[in-house]
Order: sequence, then C-alpha cells, then structure tokens
Amino acid sequence: MKELLKNLRELFKYRVLIQNLVNRELKARYRGTVLGFLWSFLNPFLLMIVYTIVFGFIIQPRDPAFGGNPWMYALFLFCGVLPWVWFSSSQLESANVLIVQGNLIKKILFPSEVLPVVVVTSNLVHFLLGLPIVFIFIPILGKGYTSYLLFLPLVIMVQFIFSLGFSLMISSLTVHFRDIKDILANLLTFWFFASPIVYPVTFQTIQQSTILKTFLYLNPMTHIMRGYQNCIFFGTYPPWKGLGVTFLVSLVLFFIGYYIFDRLRESIPEEV
Amino acid sequence: MISIDVDNVTQIYQKYSARHRFKTFKSALMRGDIFKSLRPDERVNALKNVSLKVEKGTAFGVIGENGSGKSTLLKIVAGIAKPTYGKVSVKGKVSALIELGAGFHPEISGRENVYINGIMLGLSKKEIHRKFDEIVKFAELEDFIDAPVKTYSSGMYMRLGFSIAINVNPEVLLVDEVLAVGDASFVPKCLDRINDFRRRKKTILFVSHDLTTVERICDKVAWFKEGKVETIGEPKRVIDAYLQDITEKKEEDFEAEQKEVKEKESGEKERRENRWGKREIEIKKVQLKDLQGKVKSVYSPQEGMIIEMDVEARSRIKDFVFGVGIYNSQGICCYGTNTYIEDMIPVSIEGKEKVLFKIKKLNLINGTYYMDVATHKRNGYPYDYHRNLYSFMISSRGKDMGIVRPPHTWEFTSGIKFKNP
Repeated sequence: MKELLKNLRELFKYRVLIQNLVNRELKARYRGTVLGFLWSFLNPFLLMIVYTIVFGFIIQPRDPAFGGNPWMYALFLFCGVLPWVWFSSSQLESANVLIVQGNLIKKILFPSEVLPVVVVTSNLVHFLLGLPIVFIFIPILGKGYTSYLLFLPLVIMVQFIFSLGFSLMISSLTVHFRDIKDILANLLTFWFFASPIVYPVTFQTIQQSTILKTFLYLNPMTHIMRGYQNCIFFGTYPPWKGLGVTFLVSLVLFFIGYYIFDRLRESIPEEV
Repeated sequence: MISIDVDNVTQIYQKYSARHRFKTFKSALMRGDIFKSLRPDERVNALKNVSLKVEKGTAFGVIGENGSGKSTLLKIVAGIAKPTYGKVSVKGKVSALIELGAGFHPEISGRENVYINGIMLGLSKKEIHRKFDEIVKFAELEDFIDAPVKTYSSGMYMRLGFSIAINVNPEVLLVDEVLAVGDASFVPKCLDRINDFRRRKKTILFVSHDLTTVERICDKVAWFKEGKVETIGEPKRVIDAYLQDITEKKEEDFEAEQKEVKEKESGEKERRENRWGKREIEIKKVQLKDLQGKVKSVYSPQEGMIIEMDVEARSRIKDFVFGVGIYNSQGICCYGTNTYIEDMIPVSIEGKEKVLFKIKKLNLINGTYYMDVATHKRNGYPYDYHRNLYSFMISSRGKDMGIVRPPHTWEFTSGIKFKNP
C-alpha cells in the first residue's frame, strides 16, 4: 500500500512528461490531414448529423422535453454523445496502448502508467475542442446560456477520474488477456445504449419499469450523462446525489484500477 | 566505490499459453485470486545467481553468445525489469542505450522528438533547450531536424537517438550493442564519446559482440554463458577464454554436422553423382587427421593435416596417379596437386594399401573447405574420383583475407614503432 502511494506520487511527478506526450499525440494525430484540428469538431458533428437524421427525423422523438423538434433533440443528443465518444475512444485506445507502445516499456525506463493517462487526457482535449459546437447550437435553437454551465467542469472531472480508473484497469489486463479488446468493443456498444444518451432518463418507458429504472441508476455513466444534460440542455443543477455517489465510485475505481496496474506492472514489459 | 552492485540475481521469465491464460483468467475471476492463479506453462531461466560489482569510473564489458543473459542483465541494471530474486543497486543517474530512439514518434519532427525523448530520459525542458544545438550537431542532422522522423534513414534515426541519450549526462551509462548500425564515421565518434565518459570517471556497462571494441574500451570483462557468469577479469584473458570456448563449440557443431552428412549420404544417389570411375583402384575410405594422428575436422591455420586414403587395387596396375584438391566454400580451388604433376612415375599397386598426404601447415584463412581426392590414369581416365565429398573447417581469431596465408613475418627499420597489444 505504501508502495502504491509512492508510485501514485511518482505519477504526479511525470506531469511534464504527460503534458508533452499529450501534446505530441494531438500534433501527430492530424499531421498530414488537410483539415487538421478541424477534425476534432467535424468528427462529432458528422456523427451528430447521422444520429439526428435517424433518431430525430425518422424515429421522431416522443418525449415532451423536445417539443417535437428534431433539432432540439439533436442538441440533447450532442450533450451525451460528445462525452461518450471521449469515454469510449479512451477505453478502446487504452486497450491497445501498452502493446502499441511496447517498445517504450521494454527498451527504456519508462513509467508505463503514463500511457493510459495520456490516452484519456488527449481524448479529453478532443472532447473540449468539440464542445464549442454545442455552444454554437444553443443560441441557434433559441435557448439561452445559463449559469449552470459553470458546473460543467465538475462533471468533466468526475468523468475524467472514472475514465482514468477504467483505462488503467483495461490497459494492464489486456496485456495479459488480449480477448479483453474484443469484449470491450461489444461492452461499449451495450453500455452506450444502457446509458441515457439517445433517450432522456425521464423517458416514459423507463420511468414505468422499476427494473429498467434501477438498472439505469446503477450505471455510473447515467449520472455523468445527466450531469451534462442538466447543465447544458435542461439548465438545472447537476443531479447532486447521483453525481456525488458516482464521484466516490470513480475514486474507488481509480484506486482499484491503479492497484491492478501496479500489481501487473512488472509483468508488462515481458508480455507486450 | 562501487557504482553498480548486482547481488545474486536470478531472473526467470514465465510464458503462458493463450489457452492456459484464459483458463486461469476464468478461474481467477470465479475464485477471485487473479494474481496467484497465474501459473506459467514454461519457465526460462535467463540469469542464474549472477553477482558482479562495477567500480565507479570503470568500463565494464559483458560478452557472451546470444541468449546468454547479457541484455537481461542490462535491463535489470537499467531498472526496466525487476529481478525475480536478488538485489541490484546502482548509484547515480542511469542512461541506457538499449534501443536508440525507442520513443520516437514517426509523424512529428526531429526537433519535437528530441524534446520528448529527452524528457522521457529524465531531462528537464530547460536542460534540453540548453543542449539542443549540441545534440543536433553531434547527430549531424542540422538540415533535417525539422523533418518528420519517419523520413529519416535508419542511420539518422540511430544518430539522433544516440546523441540524445549521451547528452543526458548520466553517472552510469549502459550500452547494448547499439553501435552496429552506425556508419564508418559515426561509430568512432560514438566510441570517442564513450571514452570521454570514462575519462570523466563515469561508469560504463558495455554489452557487445564486437570483441575488439570491448578489449579496447573496457577495464574489466565478464563472460556470460547460459545465464551464469563464467569468468570475470582482465579483458584479454576473458576474451581469449570466450573465443576458445566458441571455437570448441563451433568444432563440435561442425563435427556433428559432418557425421550427419555422412550418415545421410552414404551409398545414396548424391554420393554417386559426386563419385565416378570404374574403381579398378578404389578409394575405400578417406580420413582427415592432425599430425598426431587424431581424426578431426576443425583445424587452426597453424596446424598440419594428414589426408589418409585407404585404397585397394583389384589387380596389379601399372598406370596410376593419386591427386588431392582443396576448394573453399565459393568453389575456388585453393590448392590442387597429384603425383603425376610432381613427377612421380608409377611402378605398381596391388591389394590394400594406404596413401598419406601430409600438409605440414595448412596456412589457409578461416572458413569451410571441401576436398577432392582421386586416382586415375596418367591420361586422365578415372579409376575413382571423389568430388567435394570431404570437408574441414579452419577456425582462428585471425581476420586476414584472401585464399591462402603465405607464412610471413613483419619487420621494420628502427624509425617505425609499434606497441604490443
């Protein structure tokens, strides 16, 4: 345990390295593309349009929250899809990162836990770059900016810690059990629909079924998504109780994730 | 003062098969002890009770065959791997030249890579900034530093990697066979730098197959064999012992191979193709022996050789010639002669006899040689011709070139001075 805390402190010491690696990741990602950083906007935007066409115009939203307006629904979707993309691409990349960067771990004295942290952080930056689209949409749809937007950083922080914990766990376990990569891809699809992203928590079908409701509320992502939707779309406080519990769960997950990583640390250079 | 202290280190690598791994994962999940139940299928003992101490300010060489545990040792000293048993302590900052440019990102420029790699190796941004020009200059990459690293040649890549690593300015430098890709002008520069390190009383752990360099740079050498330290001591002595061992092994391999070839070939088609003649005189058996009469197939150039042929003439024959030819692996005839060329006039042969061809000193260079032996009439009509059926090997530390080694000495007038190695 003492060793664990010591390693955690080390992780903090590596912040310059993390910062530089994130920087490199961002630079390298769009190197050679014509549109460059614009892709950070465009990717979620295009995804957005697909969702709006399918869910907004074809399967028209029934929930009163959208007043039958597909564009309003688009904004709602955006509040959930953007952070979800951050989460899911972080996890998918984390599953690979130790193997892809195996050279680093095997050949130089390199703190391997930095790698999943870099993955989550660089995806956070992409997420932040995509956020302005939401802010552009708000006035266009006749909604106003509310002071509840100020709570957004809190929600982001909770998701960041949650993602980190999950990512540390996934990245180290995948080195030993490569099957996790495929399991994860499927799990994420399931998880996406099991979180209130394309539908609001207040959706009638859910509120009427105790099983669905309980299940949904046990999912930490539910509270994180509600946090975003409340702050941006509904203009209310984040769900304090749910988000608070999720924050604690995230902390616990982070320590579990770090513990697993720490235990597997020595075997990682041999296995990648 | 001891700079690197490796104390009774054992390193065991464990291999898990995919199926086994899944099973353990499944049962681990069910029983909840994920770490304990990971039992390996196969263990590789890479280091066995290795102990060595390296004094501060010395260059310590590590030699040995592939898979003898040298790189594992280096990784443990660098802190990349943790020993399964035993302890390692290193005083001061370590920089490991295990793989140069290991952390380079191909898409971004050399300049950015220098910064990130430097940070990975433990430099601060300021320090890198200060040393940047020197790093680039040493790597001779002034014109390319802003190009993406993926456009670099492997030599440029390696130069930049080396240049960064050496500028980390460590107390302990670990070098693992990284100079192999450098060109003729860069390698001496690197060696210069390494020498410079030694002058500044820093410690170097040098792993290499280039024995000449090891002998030149190192103060002390350890020879690793199958994960164990075979000998530690003065470079020349250790290297000689190592070479001796290698030669013996090479000889064993060669002899085993010879045996195999003989067993496979005897009486078969291949043999027929390489042997012709009606066998009025038959060469029944050919043996290669050293001058003491011991059968062997690996020789030093200094040694002599006896080619012993058991021959049998079915009737009394009056016209006959015995010949021998030695070819190298490229098929070039190194030497060929026969009794007729050497003006021996045959009188008669009958029954079982022996022919001995004695070479006082082989004087050939290193390599594998094939031999023709034959007996024929003076006009060339073959009785029994064996084409490349026998082979032997010359093995020595010498690196001289060509086909033959004429016996020679060097002499100089008094104005020319040499130092003995």
